Amino acid sequence: MSLDSHASKDVFEYVLRLGDSALIQGQRLCQWCGRAPFLEEELAILNVGLDLFGQARYWLEYAAELQGDACTADRLAFHRDERDFRNVLLVEQPNGDYAVTMLKQFFYDAWHWQVLEGLGQSSDRRMVAIAAKAVKEVTYHLQRSSQWVERLGNGTAYSRQRMLAATAELWRFTAEFRTSEARENWLWIEGVAPDPTRIGSAWEHTVASTFERATLPVPPRPQPGYLNARHGLHTEHLGLLLAEMQSLPRAYPDAVW
Amino acid sequence: MQPWTLFEVFVRSKHGLSHKHVGSVQAADASMALEHARELYTRRSEGISVWVVASAAICACAPEDKASWFETAEDKAFRHARFYELPDEVGHM
Repeated sequence: MSLDSHASKDVFEYVLRLGDSALIQGQRLCQWCGRAPFLEEELAILNVGLDLFGQARYWLEYAAELQGDACTADRLAFHRDERDFRNVLLVEQPNGDYAVTMLKQFFYDAWHWQVLEGLGQSSDRRMVAIAAKAVKEVTYHLQRSSQWVERLGNGTAYSRQRMLAATAELWRFTAEFRTSEARENWLWIEGVAPDPTRIGSAWEHTVASTFERATLPVPPRPQPGYLNARHGLHTEHLGLLLAEMQSLPRAYPDAVW
Repeated sequence: MQPWTLFEVFVRSKHGLSHKHVGSVQAADASMALEHARELYTRRSEGISVWVVASAAICACAPEDKASWFETAEDKAFRHARFYELPDEVGHM
């Protein structure tokens, strides 16, 4: 297959969005390596990161096949520039404290789970297969991150204050979970991807019910900003992350294990 | 940060009949201990069921009682059923 047709270009972009989001979130989680507050949490957080790298590999392998020209998943992960990345803006944000890390994970998981669950009905068999494998892992990720949001929201006055600060910091990046563009609407009409409007309202529902259990107020819906991950317009944090992540394969393109 | 509680972890493997003690984890409460146990002790397909018990809830015998509790059983061979003649039909028992 090639990207000549509009349809396959749409699928390519959609697959990149899923693959890049998993890759960048995985990379962020792995930055906790050696720094987590407890050994148990460190292992837990890195296990989630490694789950996401595995998923990113499946998506990027599919994207590489759609692109053709002997493209590979590694080529996509390590030799693309910032503007070519399609990950959601939320996952490239710095880890901050544990409240920011966990809230970021929760917002992402809540969206990720809905998308994977919806892809179970896709007309694209490859997507169905990848999503079926990934959704089991993400069900656990969502359970874990929701519990952390509840614990910190309901914990001490201090943990609650940290959670409120994390919400204020991250909330604006959740706008893109509730917006969609023509490409995704087409994929829905074609039966390839789930209905983006339904994903958006399901995301809001998940967040509202978890925030209620965490006794945290849900802020009003944010306005979409100028930056737009769907067009490769990222925050300044992605470039630095990529510089670190890509430095070795770029300096030694033929390096092998 | 408040110190976390120590929990003992028991895992039942796919073919195992009972849960076996595999180690311990620290956690803020029992449900977090279950998650930690899942992360630490079942990531290589070791189990299909996990139990956690607060270490403080386990009542254990004292190591210094070893002689009076256990060594006294060592010379009581008559407690093992090794003096019976087994009929050939029974085979290996």
